[in-house]
Amino acid sequence: MNKLIRAFTKDSALVPLVAIVLGLIVGAIIMLIGGYDPILAYRSLLETVFGNRYDFGETLTAITPILFTGLSVAFAFRTGLFNIGAEGQYIMGMTGATIIGVTVHLPWYIHAPLAVVVGAICGGIWGMIAGYLKAARGVNEVITTIMLNWIALHLANYLVNRFLLEPGKGRSYMVDDSASATIGWLSRFMDDARMHWGMFFALLCVIFFYAFLWRTKQGFELRVVGSNADAAAYAGINVNSGVVKAMFISGALAGLAGVFQVLGVFHNQVIAASHTGHGFDGIAVALLGGNTPLGVLLGAILFGTLSYGAAGMSFGADVPPEIIRIVIGSVIFFVAAPGIIRWLLKRVSGKKRKEEAI
Amino acid sequence: MDAATIGHMLNTAFVFSTALILAALGGILSERSGVVNIGLEGLMTAGAFAAAVAAFKAQEAGYGAASPWIGVIAGAIFGLLFSLIHAVATITFRADQVVSGIVINFIAGGSTLYLVKLLFSGSGETSLVNEVFHKVKIPLLSDIPIIGDGIFNAYPTTYLALILVGVIYYMLYKTAFGLRLRSVGEHPSAADTVGIKVLRMRYAAVLMSGILAGIGGATIAMTTTGSFSHNTISGQGFIALAAVIFGKWNPLGAMGAALFFGFAQSINNVLQLFDFSSHIPPEFIYMLPYVLTILVLVGAVGRSKAPGALGEPYFPGKR
Amino acid sequence: MEQANTVVEMRNITKRFPGIVANDSVNFKLRKGEIHALLGENGAGKSTMMNVLFGLYQPEEGEIFVNGQQVVIDGPNKAIKLGIGMVHQHFKLVHPFTVTENIILGSEPKKWLGLAVDKKMAYEKVGNLSHQYGLNVDPYAKIDEISVGMQQRVEILKTLYRGADILIFDEPTAVLTPQEISELLVIMRNLVNQGKSIILITHKLKEIMAIADSVTIVRRGKVIDSLPVAGTSPNQLAEKMVGREVSLKLDKKDAVLGEPILEVDNLVVKGRQGLNALNGTNFTLRRGEILGIAGVEGNGQSELIEALTGLRPVADGSIKISGEEIAGKKPRQISEAGISLIPEDRHKHGLVLDFPVRENMVLETYYQPQFNKKGFLDFNEIATHAERLVKDFDVRTPSIMTDARALSGGNQQKAIIAREVDKNPDVLIAAQPTRGLDVGAIEFIHKRLVEQRNMGKAVLLVSYELEEILQLSDRIAVIYEGRIVGEVKPSETNDQELGLMMTDYKRPQGGPESE
Repeated sequence: MNKLIRAFTKDSALVPLVAIVLGLIVGAIIMLIGGYDPILAYRSLLETVFGNRYDFGETLTAITPILFTGLSVAFAFRTGLFNIGAEGQYIMGMTGATIIGVTVHLPWYIHAPLAVVVGAICGGIWGMIAGYLKAARGVNEVITTIMLNWIALHLANYLVNRFLLEPGKGRSYMVDDSASATIGWLSRFMDDARMHWGMFFALLCVIFFYAFLWRTKQGFELRVVGSNADAAAYAGINVNSGVVKAMFISGALAGLAGVFQVLGVFHNQVIAASHTGHGFDGIAVALLGGNTPLGVLLGAILFGTLSYGAAGMSFGADVPPEIIRIVIGSVIFFVAAPGIIRWLLKRVSGKKRKEEAI
Repeated sequence: MDAATIGHMLNTAFVFSTALILAALGGILSERSGVVNIGLEGLMTAGAFAAAVAAFKAQEAGYGAASPWIGVIAGAIFGLLFSLIHAVATITFRADQVVSGIVINFIAGGSTLYLVKLLFSGSGETSLVNEVFHKVKIPLLSDIPIIGDGIFNAYPTTYLALILVGVIYYMLYKTAFGLRLRSVGEHPSAADTVGIKVLRMRYAAVLMSGILAGIGGATIAMTTTGSFSHNTISGQGFIALAAVIFGKWNPLGAMGAALFFGFAQSINNVLQLFDFSSHIPPEFIYMLPYVLTILVLVGAVGRSKAPGALGEPYFPGKR
Repeated sequence: MEQANTVVEMRNITKRFPGIVANDSVNFKLRKGEIHALLGENGAGKSTMMNVLFGLYQPEEGEIFVNGQQVVIDGPNKAIKLGIGMVHQHFKLVHPFTVTENIILGSEPKKWLGLAVDKKMAYEKVGNLSHQYGLNVDPYAKIDEISVGMQQRVEILKTLYRGADILIFDEPTAVLTPQEISELLVIMRNLVNQGKSIILITHKLKEIMAIADSVTIVRRGKVIDSLPVAGTSPNQLAEKMVGREVSLKLDKKDAVLGEPILEVDNLVVKGRQGLNALNGTNFTLRRGEILGIAGVEGNGQSELIEALTGLRPVADGSIKISGEEIAGKKPRQISEAGISLIPEDRHKHGLVLDFPVRENMVLETYYQPQFNKKGFLDFNEIATHAERLVKDFDVRTPSIMTDARALSGGNQQKAIIAREVDKNPDVLIAAQPTRGLDVGAIEFIHKRLVEQRNMGKAVLLVSYELEEILQLSDRIAVIYEGRIVGEVKPSETNDQELGLMMTDYKRPQGGPESE
């Protein structure tokens, strides 16, 4: 037991796990205060997710975008950049895919790939703007990406409203079937859950993330830039182009999240009043996953499951699904401030020792 | 465009700007002490929620015209509570300030809606408060053409915001407290070596930012909407953050920026009246604060220098 | 009787940090009206001692007496109350503030029931104090606008404003020009004459001989000795400081000069503020020699290094290596053309601290075909390479997979030197190569530099430490405001003359102008 505590207090590898447990406990306490049954709530969450094929399939569909945005944020982190702008890049990815999906008409083997590529590039460019401003003008990317999120929201609304609107619907026209990324047979197998190629694409991106950063020359350069930009410059690495490149890749990853939401899930783009939150979820996923590819995958699975299952909590235990936002927020809070976990553990172990002494 | 329209535009601008000014003042205090606060959105959400609920309960309990004021106080308290999370995480436990701000937005958004559903039997919106603020005409001044109608016929919260701009400006630049607060944000170890309690100053600043942003959120619930739901606060916190930067971390500057953003919004409203919207799409007006902020940071619209130690946690005793 | 004269006494103070005992039962006594030097190497524990006295650290054991009274100093506030003031090595000044605002910060004169700072009174008070001690500081100036020497005086004023009688100076001369140093010494004498007592933390023997009345030597957390300065010698002090006999001279044979390899002609480079940091710099470096660039920090040395390595654009003039123009080329091209750099700041510029030693060893060569196979890195090859360098240069690390952060300063520097020397450059630039290292590591690094020169390489040594320049160089070029203002042979000069040249008070006969 003492060894376990020492592992927590010394080594940060277990912090995410403790954070998850603590986050769930915080959720449970809040449910108790609200007069709900947390055990029932968490059970109905799990029952929802694993209860039937449809919900399981939809859970996978919910995991996909935040896996993309999680990879996006983590990729930027590895290059020393805090990309708060996954949200905006996601929107631009959506918009790019919608424009191609709606306005051009091509055979499927060109149309769908073109929509994916254009959407990814749109997201990439949106990320690159922040990268460029950082490289050329030294502007902190945190603020610019926040601002770009909102610019993207309104810009996308303008584009949909002005050029793509299906009259009287508050959304764009539906994208052509030839641009769809839906996997028909899998959807039928999953009782009509909206299954699409995005999930597999996202898994490929997990592998790409690892192989690129840790195996290739370019990845090495980006990691050096991320860990110590000055040393990178002294070593003859072009820091500015690294920053721009990294933000493009990061933005493209977030853009892909939006692409597959359009091509695989909704098949149109609505005029949005506010952000979807997938980009911010990506930050949560990246932090929980320690910016490692496997960690991000696990983080996305956890938060995707919690988010989708939350709906089940309100059916099964009558708990408002927003409780899950609190749980996720708490988890990130504990991950971001590991000192709190150490402090709590010290308290617990300290008290025990006193009791033993008595 | 006649004088009445201009007066009306000004008036709307002040209504929009009030909450922005208050939250931006909060942002300034926090950031001047060295703590990044991108949680303003969440703090405003907490304030708007608390105000809507408290005012509704006060109204039910028969407090009448005092109800919105009770709402404002409740908003301040809720803002304070949420900013306490930010303070503990970033100051005591040295969590990343940006991440903590995101968490505040997360938790504030989730917990307020959770509570709304809990308190209003599953509904996503609080019951409408009838006892909200009404515009108050200032005698004589309100008779001045254009600006009389534009400025001196406003909600009491607008006057409050304008007074607070002066108070906080004075505090920052004329008092010992302000000098110390700014020193903590510029060079904390310099402050530490002359005996200033860096962490305590930062706590004070962050908590004040919570109060101010909470009041800011409350003014929206107590003037424009009369209730709280998921979109009562949608982006104002980030516009306030933009105002902090655009206003160069100075209360007067931030007020100017907030008024400018508010004015842009009201032009939009008026333009729609005149059917100009086909020329300038409203979306571009919405984008304006964010675009301008980026331009300021790039240096295209004057330089803006952030406090020297912004974003850096401080370890007392380690220098 | 002697007791009455003692203003500060530290008795058996022990201060531990995780892993080390920074102060091991140390004793220290400061008499009224004296300048008492505290001598020791970097990391010997002298700063810790003074941080304890100033209340920044709490000791685990021991007692402190101030003016005969036992006291507990639990924070700087308490120290200030007891009349102790500290002039920090790294100035603790808020740059956007004025001189006066910095001085009054934390103890502001107030008016209107404390609701406002009485600025008028503050400016007056600061002006008077500055006058009284002959400090000549403009109370209204912003810190950004005044020189480093002036900033130090603001630090002194901060302590005087708070009524300090005991002043601690932490390495005060590190950033000053020789002339500013002599002015500072006058100020310190002046302070003592007006009844103050001074503790001077330093590792420079010369200063102690020049100004101190007594000296306490610290080594590895322990006080080794405490004695009056009169009747001791620099060699004796050096021996006590290092713990063994040290030769202040380095053995090296005469230089065998080869052909010119690096030619810098009329080089103009813009600095950070957009002004010319280098203003027509000229010099030539030959194979087989060490050319020392002497000068006060901030006279264009950093810009020179950055221009030579391609990190800063060249506005005008030329840099030729073996006759080939490299001005305007990218850092990597220049590195391939044969220039290696041991950078000034090893943590910031030389290493990626969170990367393993293995990766750090190929920081500049990872892209070459040896390590880079069609865009993918060959980590087996990289590991073999790193193992060899670690062995050849005696870098003490548990393994090549250990993060660079975990290595000691000396071993970090060895790792950098291994990497740079292994590139087999024609020109090796060494910027402040021994800053912050202990004597053992300094010796090792000096030997390696001389070895490179003996092998026929050209070494450009840029250092702010005159002693290092005098010891290593075959030729010294003095830089002042972005120009080489003179060239001398180390055997034909001394630090006094160099000091004057460094501030352009005196040009030697036969300088570059008359060439």
